[in-house]
Amino acid sequence: MSTIAITPESALPARKHYLNIKTTLASWLLTTDHKRIAILYLISISVFFAAGGFFAGLIRLELLTPKGDLLDGDTYNKVFTLHGIIMIFFFLIPSIPAVLGNFLVPIMVGAKDLAFPKINLLSWYLYIIGGGLAVFALISGGVDTGWTFYTPYSSTYARSEVFLAVSAAFVAGFSSILTGLNFIVTIHKMRAPGLTWFRLPLFIWAHYATSLIQILGTPVVAITLLLVGLERLFHVGIFDPKLGGDPVLFQHLFWFYSHPAVYIMILPGMGVISEVITCFARKRVFGYEFIAFSSMAIAIIGFLVWGHHMFVSSQSTYAGIVFSLLTFLVAVPSAIKVFNWTATLYKGEISFEAPMMFAFGFIGLFTIGGLTGLFLGAMGTDVHFHDTYFVVSHFHYVMVGGMVMGFLCGMHFWWPKMTGRMYPQNIAIVAAVLVFIGFNFTFFPQFILGYLGMPRRYHEYAQEFQMLNVMSTAGASVLGFGYLLPVIYFTWSLFKGPAAGPNPWNAKGIEWQVQSPPPTFNFDEGRPIVVEEAYAYSTEG
Amino acid sequence: MEQQTESAILGMWLFLAQEIMFFGGLFAAYLVYRFKYPEAWAAGSEELNITLGAFNTVVLLVSSLTMAMSVHAAQTGKQKRLISFLFLTLALGLTFLVVKYFEYKAKWEHHLVPGSNFVIHSKMFPDVDQAHSQLFFVLYFFMTGMHALHMVIGAGLLIWLIVLAYKNYFTPQRFMKVELVGFYWHFVDIVWVFLFPLLYLVHRHV
Repeated sequence: MSTIAITPESALPARKHYLNIKTTLASWLLTTDHKRIAILYLISISVFFAAGGFFAGLIRLELLTPKGDLLDGDTYNKVFTLHGIIMIFFFLIPSIPAVLGNFLVPIMVGAKDLAFPKINLLSWYLYIIGGGLAVFALISGGVDTGWTFYTPYSSTYARSEVFLAVSAAFVAGFSSILTGLNFIVTIHKMRAPGLTWFRLPLFIWAHYATSLIQILGTPVVAITLLLVGLERLFHVGIFDPKLGGDPVLFQHLFWFYSHPAVYIMILPGMGVISEVITCFARKRVFGYEFIAFSSMAIAIIGFLVWGHHMFVSSQSTYAGIVFSLLTFLVAVPSAIKVFNWTATLYKGEISFEAPMMFAFGFIGLFTIGGLTGLFLGAMGTDVHFHDTYFVVSHFHYVMVGGMVMGFLCGMHFWWPKMTGRMYPQNIAIVAAVLVFIGFNFTFFPQFILGYLGMPRRYHEYAQEFQMLNVMSTAGASVLGFGYLLPVIYFTWSLFKGPAAGPNPWNAKGIEWQVQSPPPTFNFDEGRPIVVEEAYAYSTEG
Repeated sequence: MEQQTESAILGMWLFLAQEIMFFGGLFAAYLVYRFKYPEAWAAGSEELNITLGAFNTVVLLVSSLTMAMSVHAAQTGKQKRLISFLFLTLALGLTFLVVKYFEYKAKWEHHLVPGSNFVIHSKMFPDVDQAHSQLFFVLYFFMTGMHALHMVIGAGLLIWLIVLAYKNYFTPQRFMKVELVGFYWHFVDIVWVFLFPLLYLVHRHV
């Protein structure tokens, strides 16, 4: 822990930075400063995470007993649908890009702000409008289709609130598109002098790849959801087979976006991990180009694998074989990253600060999630595991174990930069361990449940599955406590935390050269000029 | 300044890439059903008014030309030419929308709007499947409707440019807004160039 340089509170000069330069509510709600917009996102995303987590808690409590005694079937369907919609569209997809990406991308490339600051603010408002619609759908009766809105159930039979939920996802989608557009233009056109493509931090590469998916994938799901809304409102048969339509077409269009969306969720997390591992191993990252290109490879191959969601949906066997093969292919760049992280750790001077603990958690959980993905990518085993808890567990390992872990890792790493304050390391390490243990207790039993054949989406189950479900629910309470802890000590550190100084971790990168918190236009002394490659750690011994 | 210009252009290209994917979903749906129900598609296309469609195609192509002339006028700082070409483009755009309105109205009167009143009689395929033909019209209305919505937005942008031009906003150094709206306008025209043969000319190839 010797690397943390703490300045005493009294030594902190009264300095104007982005947080205290103006304090009215209007100055926040009409801001075009990317850092303030990041904070707006952080607050709203945390609220949605809490809501989604609350619904997850209800699901786990219901599944404590085999009988449906807490929620009836209808309510249970609504609860897991809202859990899914809120977590996917309003937490997982925006979280790292909208919070950490918004805050860091301009600073890391040495720009004063994003290329289109007003569009950036617009995307936050779109996100809030989408979120408002989702909440309205919830209080006006709820939706029970699952977050995938499978037709014809969603378009013909389900409650009319589907239209609201679909609109919510549609509007939030445009928020995501605009964020991606802003990032790509900023990375292309606004890099500081000397910051060549291969000197960019890997966090930036990850966001570049993510933004490409956002721009090319999200419009497809937008139009698909619009078609569902149209069918719902006017009873025309685009996806309803009774009216001449084809529900499998919906699945193709939906997964063409929604599979790449998995990489919108995980790629930024991988970017965070690359930064943190190399910093706390005090070593230049191993295979920089490989990690950068693997982000791009994941973005590109990710568009070609959607059919593995449809092995049992009347797709031809040949299509299935091709999609299966491509799915195995996309595992390669992901594995490259994991191997390069471990190679970076090898013979590194590793220090076990809180962000590093979260990064270790990420690698462990993501590896399990990735490997179990191969069971589902192979057609033969997928037919057995299809729509069982094995699938539920797999994607929670990747998304919650990977992405949420990555988000927490990034928050712990850059919190001093965002707020200028440190948080208690010991408690943060405890939180990381609790999240890791709680997570495994929650979701590992679900692999076994799925293997034994417990189907997903049911609020009752056979008696024989109870023991594993009890374990899972117990784990969920530990996990929930692990998530609560950072909220507490982060809030505490805002008021009482010791001042962090510009570079508490002795890290490399432009963002650590500016003051914490940064001034409004990021750089007081003109634009930085980059003269060395990223992560030149080994030069300092 | 140069950086801002380059950023704005790249931003517009990315936005248009996004638009291509947006329409791409619709074209994918079109493709699937066209191959599944070729007869229904031909029968549906038989009902569309080729004359009006062809007229509108010409109108849009000419409007692309006048839009390009507006951009040129803005670049060379010719205020009056700029304003008149912008007006001309707007007028052509509105002409397109008015013709579209009459086409929609005719479909409404012939019970070709999808819904409970939908009924189609085809000379080419007397026993064409009603549900499948209805699907053709769902896509017809949705694709042309989406396109028309883009035209309306484009018309709004043109009015905005005209107002700015009257205020002498544009100079040979400052014409980026005209150029960007020009990109958008050409894109919307190109979408129509694909929509016209896909929807109107199908039955000519059966």
